[in-house]
Amino acid sequence: MSDTIFIEGGRVIDPASGLDGVRTVIVRDGRIAEVAERVERPREARALDARGKWVTPGFIDLHAHLREPGQEYKETVASGARAAVAGGFTAVCAMPNTVPPNDNTTVTELVLARAAAAGLARVYPVGCISRGQKGEDLAEYGELKAAGCVALSDDGKPVMSPALMRRALEYARAFGLPLAVHEEELHLAGAWSMNEGPVATRLGLKGTPAQAEEVMVLRDLALVELTGGRLHLQHVSTSGSVRALREARKRGLPVTAEATPHHLTLTDEEVARSGYDTDFKMNPPLRGEADVRALREGLADGTIDCIATDHAPHAVEEKKLEFDAALNGILGLETAFAACLALVREGALSEQRLVEALTAAPARIFGLPGGSLARGAPADVAVLDPALEWTCDTAALHSRSRNTPWKGRRLTGRCTHTLVGGRLVHEQGGGR
Amino acid sequence: VIGRHRHCIALEDYSREEILEVLDLALSMKEVLRRPLKKVPTLRGKSVVNLFFESSTRTRSSFEIAAKVLSADALNWTSTGSSVSKGETLLDTAKNLEAMRPDVIVVRHAASGSPAFLARHVRCSVVSAGDGAHEHPSQGLLDCFTIRERLGSLGGRTVTIVGDISHSRVARSDLHAMGKLGASMRVCGPPTMIPQGIERLGATVFHDLERAVAGADAVVMLRIQHERIGDPLIPGTREYSRFWGLNVTKASEWLKPECLILHPGPINRGVELSSDVADGPHSVILDQVENGVAVRMAILYLLAGAGATAEVSSPEKATA
Repeated sequence: MSDTIFIEGGRVIDPASGLDGVRTVIVRDGRIAEVAERVERPREARALDARGKWVTPGFIDLHAHLREPGQEYKETVASGARAAVAGGFTAVCAMPNTVPPNDNTTVTELVLARAAAAGLARVYPVGCISRGQKGEDLAEYGELKAAGCVALSDDGKPVMSPALMRRALEYARAFGLPLAVHEEELHLAGAWSMNEGPVATRLGLKGTPAQAEEVMVLRDLALVELTGGRLHLQHVSTSGSVRALREARKRGLPVTAEATPHHLTLTDEEVARSGYDTDFKMNPPLRGEADVRALREGLADGTIDCIATDHAPHAVEEKKLEFDAALNGILGLETAFAACLALVREGALSEQRLVEALTAAPARIFGLPGGSLARGAPADVAVLDPALEWTCDTAALHSRSRNTPWKGRRLTGRCTHTLVGGRLVHEQGGGR
Repeated sequence: VIGRHRHCIALEDYSREEILEVLDLALSMKEVLRRPLKKVPTLRGKSVVNLFFESSTRTRSSFEIAAKVLSADALNWTSTGSSVSKGETLLDTAKNLEAMRPDVIVVRHAASGSPAFLARHVRCSVVSAGDGAHEHPSQGLLDCFTIRERLGSLGGRTVTIVGDISHSRVARSDLHAMGKLGASMRVCGPPTMIPQGIERLGATVFHDLERAVAGADAVVMLRIQHERIGDPLIPGTREYSRFWGLNVTKASEWLKPECLILHPGPINRGVELSSDVADGPHSVILDQVENGVAVRMAILYLLAGAGATAEVSSPEKATA
């Protein structure tokens, strides 16, 4: 009985089973043994006091950059997994834009081995769509899947050739792998630093139009229609993309989508307000208010299935630069819950839908275990204090990098305990 | 200080009063410039570093002369041949310069926001000499000075800016400053050169030059950069000049007789302005150059001189 934990007194929110109420979650031998209303705890079982807190399935992030192999100065699989569990994430999908890219089983196996050695969050590698992410020919999807890849992506490097994209969607069907895509028409986008619009005009920064994303979304939706391939749109950022997606889903196309905490909560005005702070620079860029509204509506009504962080660590010397020169990307794993909880406070999202978008929905999209507290499921659990106030102190982050737009901000809501496979892998002290 | 500001980076952040403070002081500075002995000891012992990452002979020279007339030591640091080409970051360059304890760093950089970035990381005052397509505050101020000098005031006047508004830092600084001084602002150019949301900077947009300059009290003609032709924003200079350039026929038919023509220089003769217009009666282009020195003297004085230590900054004292 020594490996039995009673998570007591918390509000259990498990959208996968439709449960929302005060329960005790009993974890035994690494699995969910029971979620019970009233239960006597044997003396030898460990208790975890969750009164006043939420108990949810561990969060699942479909989109994180763990940077290993090749860019360990930004992040490693271990440090990324540590940041993940600190944020309540028990599983993260590792994007393949490593050095070298994950277009072969050697890289896939290395990522899995590093994750196993770290023993924190589960790490699911994502393989490349094209060999070397070059957009020229197909990677070996069958091999990648056999080695452990759960999806395919050339993230950051859009597949510009419609012919290759067509074949990728077709070929991936043989292995049941979804294609997760970063939608950006590079010729239309040009060299840019932020969203095109009045703020970019005022700041004199080169903008990329929302349509650079939307024309690729429309192209790929057409290709899904042609091929029947499984498409997942990464970090959807514009109202036009949401509109196209909504229409495609109405027609029953097999397409899913994610939005990031930052695109759901921040606008391009932040670039001005912060005085060109490069921690507000990412790809896709922060958009306008109408886009944020559309994303929120899309997430609430299920047009956008899930929340993914696009956790993108960069070193100080890659960010502390003039705005044009700084690399795109920001951290996400440790601030996602607090950022998204603001959507609940602002009435844009229900608590249940928020939890679903972080748990059951991502599990379904990539066909991953977890995302549920059903009896017999792996005991991947997050205990969250929705009222805990804390300051985002970059020195205290578990990531190796510091590039977060939330730095120094007062945030509300934090993960206090994380269990992976029944093991307590993260415990957070009181608020600061 | 200029009003509340230790730096001169963006006229967007300046109030009408702060803009007028510089312009009024620049009047006295211009008087100094016209003396036979063009030297006052006001900034003796102060040093000004001109940190230029883009080539610009005229703006750099203008700041250099301004500093020297005020007896400050001016050091020019340009990116060609400096450590920038060896891969040093902007911040490291600035930190190294700062260690030499200058009072003012004047910076020009192709990346918008660079002066603001520097200002956050160095202790001395930062003056922008133009950053990307963001702002060129001293140019905006000297344009205001030149129009005020000729027309008395910008209040109730109409000013039209013609050219590549998208890529122009001069246009943005002019829009902010002249708007705050009460002018009604227009911009004109092909739609490919008009950025989204420029109306929010107070501009009315025109694509037809004749309508844009009708009734205008001043017209600012921007330089057409040759690299924009392949961008492609325009098919070529010939067509541009026909539809958005000013020649003597158009000037005499479309402009009010007393309308001023400004240009931030250097002029592409025969593209945005024909030579007879550039050298003609409407043109105040060389006044702008002279006024540029006076305005920059005022900026340096306010940031590094007595004004910097929050003493009363009277023009008499400046020119003593």
